[in-house]
Amino acid sequence: MSNTIAIIKYNAGNVQSVLYALQRLGAEAVVTDNAETIRNAAKVIFPGVGHATPAMQYLRERGLDEVITSLQQPVLGICLGLQLMCNHSEEGDTQCLGIFDTEVKLFPSGTDKGDETITAKIPQIGWNTIAQYQSVLFNGLPESSYVYSVHSYYAALSKATTAQTAYIIPYSAALQKDNFYAVQFHPEKSGQAGATILKNFIALP
Amino acid sequence: MLTKRIIPCLDIKDGRTVKGINFESIRDAGDPVELAMLYSDKGADELVFLDITATVEKRKTLVELVKRIAANINIPFTVGGGISTVEDVALLLQNGADKISVNTSAYKNPQLLKELSDAFGSQCVVLAIDTKKEEDGEWYVYLNGGRTKTETKTTDWAKQGVALGAGEILLTSMNNDGTKNGFALDITKTLATALPVPVIASGGAGSMEHFKTVFEEAHADAALAASIFHYKEIDIPDLKQYLKDEHIAVRL
Repeated sequence: MSNTIAIIKYNAGNVQSVLYALQRLGAEAVVTDNAETIRNAAKVIFPGVGHATPAMQYLRERGLDEVITSLQQPVLGICLGLQLMCNHSEEGDTQCLGIFDTEVKLFPSGTDKGDETITAKIPQIGWNTIAQYQSVLFNGLPESSYVYSVHSYYAALSKATTAQTAYIIPYSAALQKDNFYAVQFHPEKSGQAGATILKNFIALP
Repeated sequence: MLTKRIIPCLDIKDGRTVKGINFESIRDAGDPVELAMLYSDKGADELVFLDITATVEKRKTLVELVKRIAANINIPFTVGGGISTVEDVALLLQNGADKISVNTSAYKNPQLLKELSDAFGSQCVVLAIDTKKEEDGEWYVYLNGGRTKTETKTTDWAKQGVALGAGEILLTSMNNDGTKNGFALDITKTLATALPVPVIASGGAGSMEHFKTVFEEAHADAALAASIFHYKEIDIPDLKQYLKDEHIAVRL
């Protein structure tokens, strides 16, 4: 097994930024959709911005769905990555990987505390606080740190929730089960707070 | 709660910042990457790079720049200026840009918005609109950096743009731009309350109070400015502290 972190390449979003963020932290990383490279990596990052249905389809066509669920090393899902690690997503009524026993739903319409006078915009775009940390990923991170998110769908609170946030309603900012970690926000775009979280992931045994 | 965003804008030509920006703390004020890193350290929530290069080398220099920006900063950034094809956008996103903004090209070919949002998701498609209030009291869309007037009303175009797939509106008021008399509150409020996507207000920032007003009264989701940040008339940490003291949600 190598020291390298494999960033899973699929037809979703800006994976380059994840690679750059890991490089800034001194980690060795590679962007790949090769099953063997992913299996042999020290750690795996499952990133993504995009639509759940084509993303799952892409993974299934390449057998990467089975590769991901069978991984034993630390895995970090980011944004759509987190959502695809849940049971099911309302986005395109998509059956997902089922690692986390929770559902992914579209934000309901409503208001946000930041501006209670008008209907909150969907997607949520911007900086929001996270709290109630229950994972080593958040070691050294001040309570209520700001992180950057872009999403219309959210994972409901569940037993696997390891950090919470709220936009219109409370939801999971982070999930964890065994070696599988996931964050709804973009640590690679979340300034110092995001760098701390990625550093904690890199440091996992 | 979701915070209001403060966004410095950098004008770029041939890979360099355009205006004579005066910061003694950075070695090369003409280097957009150094300036971007400085703003990121100061607490900018996002950055916008507007490329006004008009040469055949444009694409190459812009991609090189995007690569360097993405490698060096850890906050989101948008790239705009003369982007007109899905291929251009793919190249910029692949190299690390988080969003792209389109303006005249989308007006001339509205299907571009649909193609872009289908291909990359509406979260990375920013529709930039330059607008001007005419004597009839209506706000009209202007093209080509404000040189060409259209007969289209701004609210109509913004609604159409969002329906086609724009995930955010960057609204610049030509009446206010450069005046330092404050943002255009009426049209910003109209769009921010009518549209289901975030609205970035631009043009007219001259004081910290102007930011408070555009967030509180016009419900802007973000505010963009250039010269007041470049010439250090307002320091971003001071601005954010002021807004926090005024009970506006900001990231500190």
